[in-house]
Amino acid sequence: MKLGTYIVKRLFLMIIVMFGVATIVFFITHVIPADPVGAILGGNAPIELVDQMRHQLGLDKSIPLQFINYMEGIVHGDFGVSLKTNRSVLKDIIDFFPATIELAIVSMIFATIVGVVLGILSAVYRNKVIDHFSRVFSILGVSMPVFWLGLLLLLLFYYRLGWLPGGGRNSLFIFPPHITGLVLLDSVIAGDWTSFWDGLRHIILPAFVLGYASAASIARIMRASMLDVLRQDFIRTAKSKGLSKRVVIYRHAVKNALIPVVTIIGLSFGSLLSGAVLTETIFSWPGLGRYIVNALLVLDYPAVTGGTLFIAFIYSLANLIVDISYAVLDPRMRV
Amino acid sequence: MRGNLLDITKLKVVFYTYRGVIKALNGVELWMNRGERLGIVGETGCGKSVTALSIMGLVEQPGEIVEGKIAFEDKILTSMNGDALNKIRGNDLAMIFQEPVAALNPVMRIGFQIAESISRNKKKNEIKQVYPEVRRMLELVGLDWKRTIDLYPHELSGGMAQRAMIAMALSSKPKLLIADEPTSALDVTIQAQILELLDELVKKFGNAVILITHDMGVAAEFCDKIAVMYAGNMVEYANTTDIFENPIHPYTRGLLRAVPKIGRTDELESIPGVVPDLVDPPPGCRFHPRCKYAMDACKEKFPSLLEVGPEHYVACHLYLKEEMKNAN
Amino acid sequence: MSEVKGVAQKGRFKLFLERRKPIIEDWKHTFYLWKSTTLAMVGTVIIFVFFGIAIFAPLLTSYDPIAQDLDNRLLPPSSQHLFGTDQYGRDVFSRVIYGSRVELWIIFIVSIISVGIGTLVGIIAGYFGGAVDEVLMRITDMFLAFPRLVLAMAFTASLGPNLTNTIIAISFVDWTVYARLARAEAIKVKSQPYIEAIRGLGAKNTRIMAFHVLPMSISPVIVQLTLRMGTIILTAAGLGFLGLGAQPPIPEWGAIVSDGRSYLVQQWWITTFPGLAIAIVVLGFNLLGDGIRDILDPRLRR
Repeated sequence: MKLGTYIVKRLFLMIIVMFGVATIVFFITHVIPADPVGAILGGNAPIELVDQMRHQLGLDKSIPLQFINYMEGIVHGDFGVSLKTNRSVLKDIIDFFPATIELAIVSMIFATIVGVVLGILSAVYRNKVIDHFSRVFSILGVSMPVFWLGLLLLLLFYYRLGWLPGGGRNSLFIFPPHITGLVLLDSVIAGDWTSFWDGLRHIILPAFVLGYASAASIARIMRASMLDVLRQDFIRTAKSKGLSKRVVIYRHAVKNALIPVVTIIGLSFGSLLSGAVLTETIFSWPGLGRYIVNALLVLDYPAVTGGTLFIAFIYSLANLIVDISYAVLDPRMRV
Repeated sequence: MRGNLLDITKLKVVFYTYRGVIKALNGVELWMNRGERLGIVGETGCGKSVTALSIMGLVEQPGEIVEGKIAFEDKILTSMNGDALNKIRGNDLAMIFQEPVAALNPVMRIGFQIAESISRNKKKNEIKQVYPEVRRMLELVGLDWKRTIDLYPHELSGGMAQRAMIAMALSSKPKLLIADEPTSALDVTIQAQILELLDELVKKFGNAVILITHDMGVAAEFCDKIAVMYAGNMVEYANTTDIFENPIHPYTRGLLRAVPKIGRTDELESIPGVVPDLVDPPPGCRFHPRCKYAMDACKEKFPSLLEVGPEHYVACHLYLKEEMKNAN
Repeated sequence: MSEVKGVAQKGRFKLFLERRKPIIEDWKHTFYLWKSTTLAMVGTVIIFVFFGIAIFAPLLTSYDPIAQDLDNRLLPPSSQHLFGTDQYGRDVFSRVIYGSRVELWIIFIVSIISVGIGTLVGIIAGYFGGAVDEVLMRITDMFLAFPRLVLAMAFTASLGPNLTNTIIAISFVDWTVYARLARAEAIKVKSQPYIEAIRGLGAKNTRIMAFHVLPMSISPVIVQLTLRMGTIILTAAGLGFLGLGAQPPIPEWGAIVSDGRSYLVQQWWITTFPGLAIAIVVLGFNLLGDGIRDILDPRLRR
């Protein structure tokens, strides 16, 4: 299959999946809740208010009609108006999303570098000190609850030591330039090093907490993958050519070992978005995860719908990119 | 030194596994001269490949060389460290393998892999400078360099991949080429082509070859000398003609009787019994449980290697006894 | 007479053993691998202790995990209150101990529901193939298109956050894993000649699926289940922490961590101990799961 055909096929599949995703979200927000208005307004709300609310949410129509309206809205990028902020949900998403993506990217970079390096070292120095360290690091990473780790680090680095800030994206009187919405990137573009430094200090803890589990799983897969590759025939060939250990490992083994790791990096992105919900809550990070949690707690259905759909879209997009880069990385996939 | 290129004495290699220690090589003796073609034959698991890997210094965990010496020209390979060994590997020693496609790196282009064998540990851009030589080598092994140089291994057939492997191995002009079952994984028609190619190139380059095979026919066709291995020992070693016309070890005889031939009227025979489990090998001569001539001595002590004719060596108590009889 | 019979039986027993030598050898090997992976042993011990605590909870503590005692609020750890007390004067140790029952209950029910749905969908998809397979797998893809926690959150919030709905939500998110596995196994089994033979004898599809495909597909599913138990706890605790899972005063570990959040600086014990309990139990499941995976790895078995 040609790479182009492959991409087109995957895009087509993604559209079908997104349609299904929208249907699932519709069920969650429109069908399952027995009495959303009652839940929102409380049991004793005056009847006119209830009716007005039902009308506003479109709940006075039949379910199939609601579904059609809902799908129409999505296609036009209209998720309705948030009950809480009274703003268009899409605008809210556009405002909140950059914080999440910035956190996710920084965490991912951290996780990939740490995970890949630890995995390689672990496999090359199998059963040595570094391997044991890396394995303990990994198993702890996938075992510790994100929110608990976050709270403990906050306790240590903010409350006790005072080295790092306790939450948010920037300090009170620092106003980072706004270009893309990514604080670090914008600061660099504008050359505003004060806000860059401030942004960096704010992102260190959440990025570490969020990235740790991913770093751990990447390290584990990288180790297993390296060990597997190092057993292959072509590694023996490389050694028989008289290549040094360094060249055998870095030129011959690592690229092959990275191929399965790409999948894990993609999958990690999903757990990263899940973890972002918790991390953002702990570190008062003004991102989409916290937006969805707050919306869920007050049953702000339009916001829930929009936020959930958007997160699912980003996640699917990430998986698509991973699959494509997989095809680019492994020439065997391109046949 | 018994041979002026290679001399292996009392080589013992073990592998540590959950079942216990596999005694893969049990004191192998082997030697050869410059420019010679030596065939190592024997059943699967007799230690042919382990011997080859030992020469290359590629026995790795969970395997270990526990005893013995491998001398290559004036160097003792078994007492060299990794760096020094790396200089010899790929320079004086080269190896080709059974599964050519698996033996090539799946994410590197053929041309680069051959170039790497010439310029080795240099940086990537320096490696590109030897491409003219790569082209020459590809032509030499009968591949169209324009078509193949930028291909990935999975895009080659088994025969083409083995040709590329040969180009890679010979591009460093080694003094000794070890070919481990180079044709076993290929179609019969391709097998003949590859052997022919090897024959032609070895004549051209004048290097020595160790050909490892389980196919007596292939060995007969290609080699000057043949070493027969059984369960981790070299049991008979002689010129190819001597091995075929005057085999002495019962195992060698058994092997030859198991080879089909056109015009052969007597029945094909197989050797009774199976190859022993090398975790717990039989004591003494490891062949004795399958040998119809087995005596008490065979169960106690491994027979030493005796020269029974001009350049004809055998390790068998039976022959020792006959010697004695003759002497008396 | 009885002696003769004894001998004959012994002979038969020997024959029985002889025939099963490869299987016995395999089990010995498995046991050997298990023994040699110390970490898997540690994991096993942790899980047994966890089960033990859940079963014998009332024997391990004399405090009620739910009853408030406002005279003894926010006491630091002491011999009286091993893990201190929370803002309602409840003994944190007691809450953590009883919390193990909540977690175990969640794991148990989620496992049954998600494995049930997953294997059913997977086997049907794999066995029938074609359009059925295509449709079922696309549906699975749709569920997989959400980050797990986000989907589970949306479910519980809609259903109304409580323990039962937490369990339902996690099961709804988790079944896809088993569906994919069971499908792969079912495809493998279905192409075996003996299935063809049984069908030739007139067996119905349901019968083949229930008695032949299911037993063969279930073991990888079970292995995967042990690997995922840690994740189930983490998801449940995450939901509890966000206030979208088990509701107070149920001593769910994530919810207890959340209780202590406002008291983090002065009364660190309320947050620290339940979190530690989660980490240790999840660690136990992960070590055990890793061990099982290693033991079943064909590469190790060579």
